[in-house]
Amino acid sequence: MSSIIGRNLLAGAEPDPAGDAGHGPDHPPRVGFFTDTSVCIGCKACEVACKEWNAVPEDGLALTGMSYDNTQGLSADSWRHVAFVEQSRPLGPPAPADAADRPVDPAAAPDHSGVDVFALAAGQPAAAGAPDLPARAADSAAGAAPAPPSPDGRTELRWLMSSDVCKHCTHAACLDVCPTGALFRTEFGTVVVQQDICNGCGYCVPACPYGVIGQREQDGRVFKCTLCYDRLGAGMEPACAKACPTESIQFGPLDELRRRAAARVDQLHAAGVPEAALYGADPGDGVGGDGAFFLLLDAPEVYGLPPDPVVTTRDLPAMWRQAGYAAASLLGGLAAVFAACGTHRKGPR
Amino acid sequence: MSRSSVRRDGVHGERPGRQAPGGQGTATTAPLARGRRRGRGGEELMVPGAEFTSYYGRPIIKRPTWRARDIAGYFFLGGLAGAGSVVAAGAGATGRPVMARALKVSSLAAVTGSAAALVHDLGRPARFAHMLRVLRPTSPMSVGSWLLSAYGPAAGAAAVLDLTGRLPRLGRAATGSAALLGSAVAAYTAVLAADTAVPAWHDGYRELPFVFTGSATLAASGMALLASPVGENAPAVAGALLGTAVETAAVVTMERRLGMIAEPYRHGRGGRLMRAATALSAAGAAGAVLRARRSRSAAALSGALLLAASACTRFGVFHAGVASADDPKYTVLPQRERLRRRAEEAAAASTAE
Ligand code: SF4
Ligand code: SF4
Ligand code: SF4
Repeated sequence: MSSIIGRNLLAGAEPDPAGDAGHGPDHPPRVGFFTDTSVCIGCKACEVACKEWNAVPEDGLALTGMSYDNTQGLSADSWRHVAFVEQSRPLGPPAPADAADRPVDPAAAPDHSGVDVFALAAGQPAAAGAPDLPARAADSAAGAAPAPPSPDGRTELRWLMSSDVCKHCTHAACLDVCPTGALFRTEFGTVVVQQDICNGCGYCVPACPYGVIGQREQDGRVFKCTLCYDRLGAGMEPACAKACPTESIQFGPLDELRRRAAARVDQLHAAGVPEAALYGADPGDGVGGDGAFFLLLDAPEVYGLPPDPVVTTRDLPAMWRQAGYAAASLLGGLAAVFAACGTHRKGPR
Repeated sequence: MSRSSVRRDGVHGERPGRQAPGGQGTATTAPLARGRRRGRGGEELMVPGAEFTSYYGRPIIKRPTWRARDIAGYFFLGGLAGAGSVVAAGAGATGRPVMARALKVSSLAAVTGSAAALVHDLGRPARFAHMLRVLRPTSPMSVGSWLLSAYGPAAGAAAVLDLTGRLPRLGRAATGSAALLGSAVAAYTAVLAADTAVPAWHDGYRELPFVFTGSATLAASGMALLASPVGENAPAVAGALLGTAVETAAVVTMERRLGMIAEPYRHGRGGRLMRAATALSAAGAAGAVLRARRSRSAAALSGALLLAASACTRFGVFHAGVASADDPKYTVLPQRERLRRRAEEAAAASTAE
């Protein structure tokens, strides 16, 4: 652990956040999650395991129509959230040889809006009213892509699923802005709320660039993923990772996870999934890298993640400077006003 | 959400395209078409032109949990108190005792009200003392709590000692420190708002402190016009002009610099309040200049208009921020643009080598 004096602790790469937060040199290595969304099956075992282990209360029962996602997002009562994205395009590029030099173009994806699934289910021919079917048929004859709903029932639906969670940022805005010190950095480098300290000021809520932490209304305090601090302390892996049947949620020391993730991306690229990309794994990004990072198959915003999050306190020195100028100009301006108006003399004018 | 119903013979009613579209964010780099209403909660997800994608139109960041009345009210009262203390010190030093006393009292009342609003907004009001558990320079709320706990007593002492006429030396010291701390109280609330991920607040961090101190000057000048005799109110008239000028210039600069993120300051609730603030401050300042030196009632009316203008600005900024947090486009598009520019710069740098 190098000295924290004279270093920028508000932004940029920071190899040892736990050490910089004051944990001794023998603190355990930083841990986190690598969520490989390419193998997520959307079973929501993580959501359930988290609720069960942490006794997180019910978060509202709603039928949203957002594919299979009725959780909607992370909140005080949802510390894991599985996103479901239905897209009209196949996973990875189609087989043909020209695939490599053809960019993935969402506009070129087949349009299924004219397909009547009820007619299909009733066994009627699919062609009725599907405007682009002839074109697509010609396409598939040329070997470009398989036609939509084919006789064997397969479609070109690409179903993206991703289990979202608190990122346990290297530079955590929630922690930086908390006025009570309720949010703190653990010896594992994770970010946790001390529930007996939080006074519900709510400052952390709009500060998080990912919209993770939320206030529980009846309770008044804020809650979020603790990265199962209690389980970590007992040498156990977090409940959500433990419950994940496909190893989509991988838990471990961050260094090791980053190596594993890089290898997985290479593997997917070689297998013909050029859009596979890591999100939040770069220690040089706006939050200094996430403790919980992801392998995504589309742009981050498609999953409801910000494309280029920046910890708000990176600009804090500039903010204080501007406020200083403003305060000084308030004093100076009003002093000038009084000086210009001169001393008031009593009596009738 | 969905307005369709499934029956035996099929699906009836609206079936909006609720597919989360795939894509690579912005295809265009143009500042967005303004004022386009985006469906919330799963409808109208396909954006024409595929220039912007999101997860079912849901916000990316969380909107502030703060109640407008408490926190925008706190911004207003904090500004009134802080700038009021500066005006009180100036009035005291230039022989305007009525104005000085009135503003000392109004500052004490305003700071009391603002503290009450802050505590009321806490999820656990009984734990308000935890605010002073640590001093955290990275938390404007922590810095502000300590600032208020120094300013409050100073403003209180200034008012009480003026009213009772006791200990004049101590009273002057309290007035002076209240003025110094007051200017910080009026300015820091801008940092409080800007130090969040809320696009319309964070990205406006350069100008927002000037918007707030300008608005605070307006409020304090308004209070001075309302409470002092015409013979004393020349500085209040000039202060009204100064505040109007600073606030207007800061808002205009901010909106120009923010580009598409400035939309919530122009449209919707935030926009309406900002426009009301402009109209009210213009009317108040004009009234002050034209009539306030002659007519007591015209001065009071101008003062009331200026106070209302200041409140409108604070509520306008508050609601604009909330609107910018609610619509994912204000989070996604600027970040996309940032990434694109960075990629361009990297490409330019690599070709230059
Ligand atoms: S800023 Fe948000 S994502 Fe990062 S640690 Fe805090 S709550 Fe988690
Ligand atoms: S709500 Fe609680 S955890 Fe969040 S900033 Fe306030 S005191 Fe800290
Ligand atoms: S690490 Fe623990 S608290 Fe966090 S999402 Fe997983 S189960 Fe929930």
